[in-house]
Order: sequence, then structure tokens, then C-alpha cells
Amino acid sequence: MTNPEATEDRNPTARNPMQTLRSVSDEQRSRLSEAWVGFATTVRREVHRVVRIWPQTLLPPVISTCLYFIIFGPVLGDRIGQMQGVTYLQYVTPGLIMMAVLTNSYQNVVSSFFGAKFQHHIEEVLVSPMSSQSILLGYAVGGVFRGLVIGAVVGLVALLFADLPIVHPTLTIAVAVLTSVAFAFGGFINAMVARNFDDITIVPTFVLTPLTMLGGVFYSVNLLAEPWQTLSYANPILYMVNAFRYGILGRSDMPIALAFGVLTLFIVGFYTAALWMLRRGIGIRS
Amino acid sequence: MSISTSPALRLRGLQKTYANGVQALKGIDLEVNRGEFFGLLGPNGAGKSTTIGIVTSLINRSGGSIEVFGINTDEDLEGAKRLIGVVPQEININQFEPPLQIVAQQAGYYGIPWREARERAGECLRWMGLWDKRDTMSRSLSGGMKRRLMIARALVHGPRLLILDEPTAGVDIEIRRATWSLLKEINEAGTTIILTTHYLEEAEALCKKIAIIDDGRIVKDTDTRSLLRQLVTETFVLDPMQPLERAPALPDFVTRLREDGSFEVEIEKGVGLNKLFHALDNAHIQVSSMRNKTNRLEELFLGLVEESKGRAASAPQPNEVTS
Repeated sequence: MTNPEATEDRNPTARNPMQTLRSVSDEQRSRLSEAWVGFATTVRREVHRVVRIWPQTLLPPVISTCLYFIIFGPVLGDRIGQMQGVTYLQYVTPGLIMMAVLTNSYQNVVSSFFGAKFQHHIEEVLVSPMSSQSILLGYAVGGVFRGLVIGAVVGLVALLFADLPIVHPTLTIAVAVLTSVAFAFGGFINAMVARNFDDITIVPTFVLTPLTMLGGVFYSVNLLAEPWQTLSYANPILYMVNAFRYGILGRSDMPIALAFGVLTLFIVGFYTAALWMLRRGIGIRS
Repeated sequence: MSISTSPALRLRGLQKTYANGVQALKGIDLEVNRGEFFGLLGPNGAGKSTTIGIVTSLINRSGGSIEVFGINTDEDLEGAKRLIGVVPQEININQFEPPLQIVAQQAGYYGIPWREARERAGECLRWMGLWDKRDTMSRSLSGGMKRRLMIARALVHGPRLLILDEPTAGVDIEIRRATWSLLKEINEAGTTIILTTHYLEEAEALCKKIAIIDDGRIVKDTDTRSLLRQLVTETFVLDPMQPLERAPALPDFVTRLREDGSFEVEIEKGVGLNKLFHALDNAHIQVSSMRNKTNRLEELFLGLVEESKGRAASAPQPNEVTS
């Protein structure tokens, strides 16, 4: 009996592609154009991934953030009272949106890049002429896409519970985008050094979540006694949350210029480190 | 040397020492001419996959140089990568993406715009008989289909050099033969092919040139025909009509009895089979069938690898006093 796999395999009427396909090395495209196409392909793949597995990527953060709104709105919010002249729910909402943006930007890149490493299909990209910048930026944009989509959905849901004036719309969007970019690069670094699935949960669980919870999402840093107040200034997420809150409510515990400085520092630092690691092949080339 | 006349691949002094201190490659020199079907053979751990990994930039090298169609990878790695297509040994497709997307994306990584990438992917998938499965999740494809998908993915950008690392490992004989025919067609269309394999029958059937690698060194690099000519003796197994109780005495031939009553005959190079048949007639031995004891290349391969190990064992160790 013949193996059906062997007999139904080739299409006898199809042309041998090696006789018909022009070699990419003969094409007259510029390197810049090729780099752009490679980058765009990676972005398309990442966006497609987020959309394809939306019950895993988009739904859970929206549900969990809605639970925060319910708890800090009708359940606890009225008992806590006002903070910096706004209701408690209004106060925490920018932080909750920012929390969703940064954790999802981070997790998207970590899970996508580590998944590609784990299944070895990262080799598809590594054997191609794509530059390290195109690979890094492609993954990062995927993370930014997920972070911002979730941030937007959470923001829309928040409007059902709280009045959000959005005092500085451009600044609000800029802070969300920059934070998302910084954490997407951070996620990329985590994925590069990760050797197993534990390694991709350690940073989100033991670093990201505590820093976010202690990053002024639920309280004003001015309420803290020393030395906790001073220590809090070492937490970069504090600056991002406050800048975002300033954009929405016009209130912040710290200067906005300083927050943008911290954001820029993190973006440049994470980007440089991720690019260096990718070029060296750390965690992906032996 | 100009790109038009340079070999498809030239390796000079290629070395690899892994972080754990294992020296996988100890200075590989190799040249593969354009249009060739080249076999890289060697036992497990000899350095075949490391060599392929370095050429395809999946492994960092410790020393040496690589030129692909005259392009030095130290000077223009991206340019060299454009010319190469690679089919790895392990299945490395994204199991959660369908074939059309996988192949079109690969074209995109090579800078081919999306619309053209999809057309190219379609052409490759049709040729591989995977068009009907283009939107099926790859995880539900059979093992043979996944291997064909990996070949389609490697061809989509029109590589001039196709590198396959044990493409038929673990597949049944029918799929293996189908893959051979496919690879022959690709090679006939002008693509240089480098193949690593454990199946010496495969190398003998496909490769015009063969290099044997052992312990990180090339121990033989020649054309298949010359290599086979180096065989001094060939051993045949003959099945007599009636099982024998002892090895027959045939003048000028070394014979050995096998447990099942059949016997082996060693025939020296240059001695015709007619002489054997004549000797069998004279000894009144009726033979029902005859076959090679092992694949011819296998005999040679084992001899070369043994010879290489013998040389390595007798070579002075670094900490020995050699004065």
C-alpha cells in the first residue's frame, strides 16, 4: 500500500518555482526598501497574532481592569473619598490604564519572541537578511499595538464608570506611546535572555507588578512617610503614571519634564541594550 | 574573484569552540562549485550541523571566513544571506500559522513586498502540493507536509544556494524518494545544493561531490565517482538454492559462511563478476539471489572515519612531550 503523503504530494502541473521565480539577489530594490518591507512584515505578523488570539491577548486585561473599576468605584471609592481634588476612581483610572498599557506591551513581546525561540521559528528571521533594527522594531511595534489597543479599550470602559476630562490629549497619547515603547523593548530583553517559561514570568511577577503597584497607581506619593517617599522616586513607573495622570486630570506628583526625561532614558537604554544583545545573538545563537 | 566565477560557497579555516570548551570545528576548508549537488557526510557530532549553522548565521563562528558566491560574510552578511535558502533538520515552522502565511512572511523578511510575496508563496505551495492546505494551521499538517512546507519556505526568495540539513531524517522511504526527486529538479534548475545526511544511499544517489567530516575536520573532499573508485574490495552476499554448511572454497575469492546458510564473497576492485560466476559453476553452487552486503559508500565512509580516528589517537596530545 502506498503512502498517501508520498503520492498526493507534488502537483505535476505546477511549474518548478526555481525556474520561474526571480532570485531576490537579482532584484534592484534598495537595502532601505528591503529593510522597510522586512519591518512591515514583522509588524503585520505581530498584529495578526494579537488579533488571532484575542481571547488571550485582549480580553483578560480588559476584564481584570473592569474589576478594578467596580471595586474602586461603587464598592470602595465613595468610602475613600477624594484625592487631589478628584474622586478616588478618577484618581486611580489613569494609573490603571497605564498599568494595562505597560504590562501588555511587555508581555506581548516577551511571549511572542520567546515563543519563536522555543519553537525555533525565530530562525526564519535570523537566516534572512533582515537587520537587527528591523527585527527589534517589528517586535516592539507589535507590543505597542497590543498595549495601546488595550489602553484604549480600558479607557473607553473607564468612561462608563468615571468622568475623565483628558486635559492634555496630546501629552496623554505621547506618554502612553512612549511608555509602551519602553516596556516593549524591556520585554524584548527579557525574551532574549529567557531560557524557559519560568524566566518569562519572573520579571513580570517579581519586578513589574510590585513596581506598578508601588508606582503611584493607587495613591499619591506625597502621602508616603520617609524614607518610602524618597525611595519611590527610584521607581520609573511612578513618573510614567504621574505623567499620564497629568495628561488626563491635570494633576501630578512630579514635574512632567522629569517624567519625559525618565521615559526617554529608559527607551534609549532598553533599545541600545536589546539591539546589542540581538547583534551578539545572546540567547539565540550559540 | 568576481561574483560570476566564484564558487557558491568557500569556507576557509572555519573554527567553532562552544562555551563549554567543546571544539566542534577545527579549521574547515571547503569549496562548493556553483550548480553542484554537494553532500556533507559525517557521523553524529562530527560538525555537520555546526558548519551549516555557521554558514546560515545561526551559530557564531570562532574563526575562519565564509564566502557565498564571492561575497565575504564579514563584509556583506545581508548580501550573502539573500543568496541562501535553508531547510533545517528540526521542524521549525510556527505551528499556529497556516502555510501561505508562513511562506509569504518568509518572502517578506527578504524584502519582497506583500502582494508579490503571496504570489511567490502560492507558486511554491502549488509545486509542493500544499496549495489545498494553504489556510490550514500548520500543526495539523503531517510530518511529510511540514518538511515540504519548510522546503517551500526556503525556496520562496529564489535562493542560488539551498542548504538542507538531513531533510529526510525520520521520514519513510516513499517520502524520502519523493524528496530526492524534488531536490534533483531544484538542482537541475540551476540551484546549488548542499545536503547533509546520514543516509549514504541518499548521498550516492544525489550528490556529485562529497565531503566527509569527522571530529571537526574534513577527512575527504572529492567527487562521488572518484570516492567510490577508492573502494579496494566490495562484499556481496549470495543466497544458494540449498543452505550451505561451510564456506565454499572459490579460487581467488575470500568467502565467509553466514548463520542462515548464505555466504559472503569479497571481490577485489577490477575483478569482474563473471569470474565469480565461473567459480560458482565449477563448485556446482546454484545461487538464487545476490546483493551488496552494505551500501558501497557506507563501506568507504566507515573506512575513512576509522582511519581518521586512528590518526587522531596516534597524534601527540598537547600535554605530551614530543621532543
